[in-house]
Amino acid sequence: MRIVGCQECDAVMEEPFVPDGGAAYCIRCGALLFRRHHRTIEVCFALVVAAAILFVVANLYPFLAFEIQGQMTQTTLLHGVRALLDQGERGVASLVFMTAIASPAAEIALLLYVLGPVYFGRRVPGMAAAFRWVERFRPWSMMEVFLIGIFVAGVKLADLAEIVPGTALWAFGLLIPILAAASNFLDAELVWRRIAGEA
Amino acid sequence: MANRSLVDWPHVQCHVCRIVMRAPQREGGGALGCPRCGAIVHRRKPESLSRTMAFLIAATICYFPANFYPVMESTSLGRAQEDTILTGIVYLAESGMWPLAAIVFIASIVVPIAKIVSLLGLVLSVRWRSRWRPRDRAATYRIVGLVGRWSMVDVYVVTILVALVHMGTLANVEVRFGAVFFAAVVVLTILAAESFDPRLIWDALEEGNGRERARAS
Repeated sequence: MRIVGCQECDAVMEEPFVPDGGAAYCIRCGALLFRRHHRTIEVCFALVVAAAILFVVANLYPFLAFEIQGQMTQTTLLHGVRALLDQGERGVASLVFMTAIASPAAEIALLLYVLGPVYFGRRVPGMAAAFRWVERFRPWSMMEVFLIGIFVAGVKLADLAEIVPGTALWAFGLLIPILAAASNFLDAELVWRRIAGEA
Repeated sequence: MANRSLVDWPHVQCHVCRIVMRAPQREGGGALGCPRCGAIVHRRKPESLSRTMAFLIAATICYFPANFYPVMESTSLGRAQEDTILTGIVYLAESGMWPLAAIVFIASIVVPIAKIVSLLGLVLSVRWRSRWRPRDRAATYRIVGLVGRWSMVDVYVVTILVALVHMGTLANVEVRFGAVFFAAVVVLTILAAESFDPRLIWDALEEGNGRERARAS
């Protein structure tokens, strides 16, 4: 018998049997305990690889172009941060950098570092620390919010000038559901067991 | 509701990898490292209530300048206009974008207040050892964690506008310091939510059960 603890209320219970594709919830507080999927590692690894590629595209290319009387500007994420810095807003600039670039990048990179070896059945140094940091970055990675921000900004600019969606916008649109699926699908308990060499 | 913990030995659970282990005999005596993931193990998040309260008070203080001061100034054909969070929403609504206006209104104005009030309620309920509807309180905490991040929308909008619109007198957007307070509210409420330990909600119930058990024996 394995015992599992609920992360939110600290109740300890026997690990319930969960059929493939199902999920278990805490009997006391109702929080999600874990999801089971026989291919969780494979699926998540594939999703994270896709996310990494899309993340690079999303950051290299402009997501929005703005044209007024023949003058055109376009912007990438990093450009936005630079523009804030130029106006002396260090705090806001670092917050945007942290939440829209650095945290998602770290989350994706660390997941690759952990899931790659787990998938191939290897062990690499610092896996436990890397996987620990994934959880730490998660609340600070807000790309889906940024996407809504692009729409709102687009609407605000629409009657002032011509708005052209850029390549990065499509990359963002794909990246967000993929990353969300990866973190929902991931059976963290299984990954921890693999890291510890238990399973 | 009964305490349905399966084990009767005192346990601690790692906050990071969730492994359950037997609690060390003595409290204190240095930090305990998790045998599986290496994180420092605490029975409950340290100083959870005071930290949460501190972040909540700071967030409340920042909330007023965040909404009162303009977050940006836009110049269009020589005409300058300062926008607060609220006038930005009114603008969206007036241009007929009701769904977006509603999203931004909820994300920027309703969510921060709702977050501060719910976390304050949770902190007080724990401090008063309340046994009232723990399941609903736990769900409240879960929802706070999910919706809080959406307040960042306005910070991103300002960032994008500043990055795109810099054409001198033709069209220009600059940040105003309301944005700094607004960003501070978002960060502080996230920190407050992260500091709160939802396990505390259940401790009052376990104490109660312990007492009943003691009386029964």
